[in-house]
Amino acid sequence: MMPAARHPTPPTSPLTASTLSAGIVPSEPPTIADDRPVQDSILTPSRWWRVMTVLSLVAWLLGLVCLQVGTQYIGVGRIIGLFSSLLFDRPVDERMVDTTGVILFQVRLPRVVLGFLVGSCLASVGVALQALLRNPLADPYVLGVSSGAALGVAVAVLFGIGTTVLALSILPVCGFVGGLVALAVIYRMAATHERLPIHSVLLAGVILNAIFSALIMFITSIMEPNRSFGMMAWLMGSLTAPAYPVLAALSGYLVIGLVLLFKHVRVLNILALGEEPAHSLGIDTERVKRFIFLVSALMTGAVVSFSGMIGFIGMIVPHAVRLVLGADHRLLLPASALVGGMFLMVADTAARTLFVPSEVPVGVITALAGGPFFVYLLVWRKDRLA
Amino acid sequence: MTRIDPTAQIPGGGLESGLVAHQAYTVGGVHFRYGPSRLQGEPWVLRDVTLEVVQGEILGIVGPNGSGKTSLLKLLAKLAAPQEGEIALFGRPLRSLSHEQVAQTVAVVPQDSPQLFPFRVAETVLMGRFPHRRRSGWSLGFGWEDREDCQAASQAMATMDIAHLAGRAVTDLSGGERQRTMIARALAQAPRVLLLDEPTAFLDLPHQLGICATLRRLCDERGLTVVIVSHDLNLASQYCDRVAMLRAGRMCTIGAPAKVMSVEVLQEVYGCEVLIDAHPQSGLPRITLPRQGMPFRG
Repeated sequence: MMPAARHPTPPTSPLTASTLSAGIVPSEPPTIADDRPVQDSILTPSRWWRVMTVLSLVAWLLGLVCLQVGTQYIGVGRIIGLFSSLLFDRPVDERMVDTTGVILFQVRLPRVVLGFLVGSCLASVGVALQALLRNPLADPYVLGVSSGAALGVAVAVLFGIGTTVLALSILPVCGFVGGLVALAVIYRMAATHERLPIHSVLLAGVILNAIFSALIMFITSIMEPNRSFGMMAWLMGSLTAPAYPVLAALSGYLVIGLVLLFKHVRVLNILALGEEPAHSLGIDTERVKRFIFLVSALMTGAVVSFSGMIGFIGMIVPHAVRLVLGADHRLLLPASALVGGMFLMVADTAARTLFVPSEVPVGVITALAGGPFFVYLLVWRKDRLA
Repeated sequence: MTRIDPTAQIPGGGLESGLVAHQAYTVGGVHFRYGPSRLQGEPWVLRDVTLEVVQGEILGIVGPNGSGKTSLLKLLAKLAAPQEGEIALFGRPLRSLSHEQVAQTVAVVPQDSPQLFPFRVAETVLMGRFPHRRRSGWSLGFGWEDREDCQAASQAMATMDIAHLAGRAVTDLSGGERQRTMIARALAQAPRVLLLDEPTAFLDLPHQLGICATLRRLCDERGLTVVIVSHDLNLASQYCDRVAMLRAGRMCTIGAPAKVMSVEVLQEVYGCEVLIDAHPQSGLPRITLPRQGMPFRG
């Protein structure tokens, strides 16, 4: 092997000498450079804690407001009194427990908590899917993951699996399987294309939604009328006050899902940069993709089995949070979870109070808010989606 | 876990010392095609490619569209694996290295990377530090960047002349600024080998010059090895130590620009007429396209 030929004189330019400073050292420790601009423009742990503290406080306050509002107004003092009597087992007025206490603990509190958990799950899944597919329009509802999960649950209900004692544990699993089918189709598409174009993912979602909806319609139409009515109400997305074990199960799914997503939060950042750059930075992109898809299907399946198809939260919330707090998933994911929870909590409070005495399915409210937003993104922010 | 020793360098650095040249890459008899191996009908993208990349040199890979330049770069980066043949990185077979080990040694700048999410420039450059992250217990994947990461990033940004853009969103950058951000990200990776795919395609003249001169200096001073895929024959001629010419997946010729860039070779490879004269400064070949279909007016 001959040594490589050298240039007689390395070409120089007066321009380059002045505009470019000393290069980095590939193999030696870097010399001291002024890193203040970098420090100032990245997410630091202290900023993370600040933002998360503020958001958590706001979430608690909003939760309190949602507990107050309803067909019967319950004052803050009353709520605090009821909670403290519950916690510290102080002797309480019998009448208070019977009326407002029942409303608060049996109806309003579980419903508000369910709204928060469902919103958190959907927003987190939205964040993960958007980063993974590099598609700001990705959302479990738009991509057909929710309807896949709904189909899984519907099939289970049709064959009576849902009515057994094991209902609590089986239905989310059926939803998981259904959602996984939808994501498998999208994953196959993503695997055969170098970079999956945004619009073909949406198209796939439209088609999956159409197929799954048709099958769900088929199932509801062959059910007994009284069961099919309940099915329709569930499909539209409603947060009927659940029992506390159900809430415990759902928060279990949320916590497990969030922990698993958090494990990959820095990887999600890099995947958002592009699949090939991520691969060249040493990330096993296929493994990560499969894993995140599994977690997304699990969380979506659980949520859908509890509350039906509530759309667009997974798209609106991450988008809004990203605009305000930046794109770093280390903050985007937990902040979206909190904001998503708040959003659905408030939307559900609106759904149950605005049109008293009738109650609107909360899915209607989120779709009415999310649909126009989706159109806005698709039409007016096209430049960002190119 | 074995790591490639990053300090294993020739004393005195680079090739100037005249000591034994280290091979950054040895590529032997590589055949490659896309798609799963059961699809035997797929045409070969690369056929029997053999070359060596010397440590501290700039190697240019040129050739017509579809000649397999980018595919060769992907093989070198272990983004794809050859069906036949062997590639060694600093004497160690690429097959036996994990993606992470490769990422600690080799940085890649892809052709164009349109961005969808408003990461800031500083955040994007810091992503290059990912292969050097420290695993400190159960940190839930947060992996906050430390001081060393920030300094490597700011130095890389200063090198690429984008320090003033630190707080800007990558979605708001011009094509050239984005390209320089991506190169800075690769430099923040502190690689020993830098693989670039069309690095100057979106750059204006001063930044083309700037990047070429920077790469040249990094090679000469620090022994960085650079492989550039480019359509720009003049850039290859002026700034590369050696040029490899690919044609239809085969290695046509490889050598110093003065030897390789001849009218005959270029005519054979590209199938069109070119004019070659000497660059007024360097005396190296300068390639120009002839006027065709128009009468010459003196």
